[in-house]
Amino acid sequence: MADDSAPIVEGDRKFTINFGPQHPAAHGVLRLVLDLDGEIVDRVDPHIGLLHRGTEKLIEYKTFLQALPYFDRLDYVAPMNQEHAYCLAIEKLAGIEVPRRAQFIRVIFSEIGRILSHLLNVTTQAMDVGALTPPLWGFEEREKLMVFYERASGSRMHAAYFRPGGVHQDLPPDLIEDIHKFCDPFLKVLDDIETLVTENRIFKQRNVDIGVVSVPDALAWGFSGVMVRGSGLAWDLRRAEPYEIYSELDFRIPIGKNGDCWDRYLCRIEEMRESIRIILQCIDKLPVGPVLPERSKFAPPRRSEMKTSMEALIHHFKLYTEGFHVPAGEVYACVEAPKGEFGVYLVADGTNRPYRLKIKAPGYAHLQAMDPLCRGHMLADVSAILGSLDIVFGEIDR
Amino acid sequence: MERMFEWGGGVWGGVGLAALQVLAFMVVLLISLAFLLLMDRKVWAAVQLRKGPNVVGPFGLLQSFADFFKFVFKEIVIPAGANKTVFILAPILTLTLAFVGWAVVPVAPGWVIADLNVGVLYLFAISSLGVYGIIMGGWASNSKYPFLGALRSAAQMVSYEVSIGFVIITVLLLVGSMNLTDIVDSQAGGIWNWHAFLLRPDRILLFPVMFTMFVIFFISALAETNRPPFDLPEAESELVAGYQVEYSSTPYLLFMIGEYLNIVMMCAMLTILFFGGWHSPIPIPVGDMPDWLVSLGSFLMFAVKVIFFFFLFAMVKAIVPRYRYDQLMRLGWKIFLPTSLVAVILVSGYRVFTHQFGI
Repeated sequence: MADDSAPIVEGDRKFTINFGPQHPAAHGVLRLVLDLDGEIVDRVDPHIGLLHRGTEKLIEYKTFLQALPYFDRLDYVAPMNQEHAYCLAIEKLAGIEVPRRAQFIRVIFSEIGRILSHLLNVTTQAMDVGALTPPLWGFEEREKLMVFYERASGSRMHAAYFRPGGVHQDLPPDLIEDIHKFCDPFLKVLDDIETLVTENRIFKQRNVDIGVVSVPDALAWGFSGVMVRGSGLAWDLRRAEPYEIYSELDFRIPIGKNGDCWDRYLCRIEEMRESIRIILQCIDKLPVGPVLPERSKFAPPRRSEMKTSMEALIHHFKLYTEGFHVPAGEVYACVEAPKGEFGVYLVADGTNRPYRLKIKAPGYAHLQAMDPLCRGHMLADVSAILGSLDIVFGEIDR
Repeated sequence: MERMFEWGGGVWGGVGLAALQVLAFMVVLLISLAFLLLMDRKVWAAVQLRKGPNVVGPFGLLQSFADFFKFVFKEIVIPAGANKTVFILAPILTLTLAFVGWAVVPVAPGWVIADLNVGVLYLFAISSLGVYGIIMGGWASNSKYPFLGALRSAAQMVSYEVSIGFVIITVLLLVGSMNLTDIVDSQAGGIWNWHAFLLRPDRILLFPVMFTMFVIFFISALAETNRPPFDLPEAESELVAGYQVEYSSTPYLLFMIGEYLNIVMMCAMLTILFFGGWHSPIPIPVGDMPDWLVSLGSFLMFAVKVIFFFFLFAMVKAIVPRYRYDQLMRLGWKIFLPTSLVAVILVSGYRVFTHQFGI
């Protein structure tokens, strides 16, 4: 902790090292400038922007539909969760009613995204403290989940599956069955990973009491998601401001006690179990019906209609060239993404393009706390803390 | 077969024969190392549900040789700010020391290059020198990650050598000789004589002590060879590759071979000190088998034990996370050192006691 560090004499030269941007534990292209006093970290200075692609500006020059795939490329570990927030924003502003079946499908895939993200994070957190096997065990399962993505949308990662008003296409029945079959064995794999990692003495020594976040700190830094839940605050947008059909589902919000890296790890493991419960409930309750609004300006007409109806053909053409218009106004919509509160602030001016779109990425708020979290810890703890923050640079640099 | 060679043909003939022996030993060692490396990767892959190298040759058997050629044919890059001489010298030193240590290791009765009467001391001295390769490499690179890695490894190797030293002393006390062949022969006659499982009636009291020493030696060997969970000098998630960051092509290869030679050496040490060397767990009646057959059988027994320990090393690597620097130091100084010190006292007390009363 901070008080363990030796007092630093004025005028001493610090050992400054560049942690990244090419570093195996930098989780992408983070560059940390570390001031070290021996092994003890004195100052952490995160430099970001190496993956900046100007997403927000690019979106201003795209139609609402064309802007959607950019959201896959933010947190590319759980793409559909980002699309979700964007779709919610448009639906809120334009007052689009989402069919019930589409809502269930959205929840299923949001939870698959949560598992995708947590599985990656939990296992790479183990890798950041030196355990090399868990990531490969986890990736085996992630691969199966990405196949579900592919079977639903045609793409393993950049799905562009959620659309304003619903989802692009209905799920084939055997996919739903396969997702159902995936759930129980996955819980066993999770148990396996846990036997390897959770109670491992070295893993505990490396994570317990490291990077402690208190509840007031978490609130002051603007944390969300596991970063506040790990500290013991049961704040989850799925429960606090339910969207889609989350209010009808039975699930628990795991919270930590001490707010250290180990609690955050445990929270994520438990959240994966809860996600599986949610998926199973959704599959049980999945209603029959359309997945996009019928006869709407925001969704394409049916193929069969287009063969006979001129108006339908024109509508289809206009939808995919000019795109739909969203009434002028401002709206903020957010979802509980795996990494925390992912928000979209959308300003529309009544045209077919967003006037301005601001993305609130949870990782950005988490990363800014690197300095206070790491100060006084040792060099090895930096990668442990970084791993437990769950950083993905797609969404931070945008 | 007391010695592998007789002094024949004058001094030069002897020297020539010795050189031939050394060469043969090195070649066998390097070739077996190539397959041990493959085994390391295969075991690791199996734990991670991968297949491991399986393209070069049948079952990937030639992978290590392919890697060897890849390294050798690459250009040697020396960083502009590096101290050229020391930079090149470091891997050579590491490799040389790793080889030199093997000179006193008996792999079968009489199969030893130099049958030193202070073999253990010699080995201890050589393995202590090993840290120089790392420090030199880390310092000469003139780069921050290697520097930090070198500092860490210096501290680490020094700390764990202390406990290794005391563990070896307990064995020496039991055997009463520093000659490695004597140490092995004192464990002849069955598994109950091995120092790791000392179940012989007159020494059964020492069984818990010596078994603990065996475990401590195994863990210290991991630390001494920079293997997980003690791979701090080259900790990937912190120091990228530690002291090896600036190395590429042949110098890197030399470091790599040196490192693995040291690992195999530690496996051999475990075998010799605690696992009865080339003696089989249940004594096999030799009868009137020819000498060479006995030696070959003994050698195979020795090799099997070394491979077993190497397998354990590989499994440990696949399973455990890494210690933090201070935790590593705490383990070394606060747990292993006192334990092995107490063990030295217990074993020497036992020896004095039994000697006095002639039990």
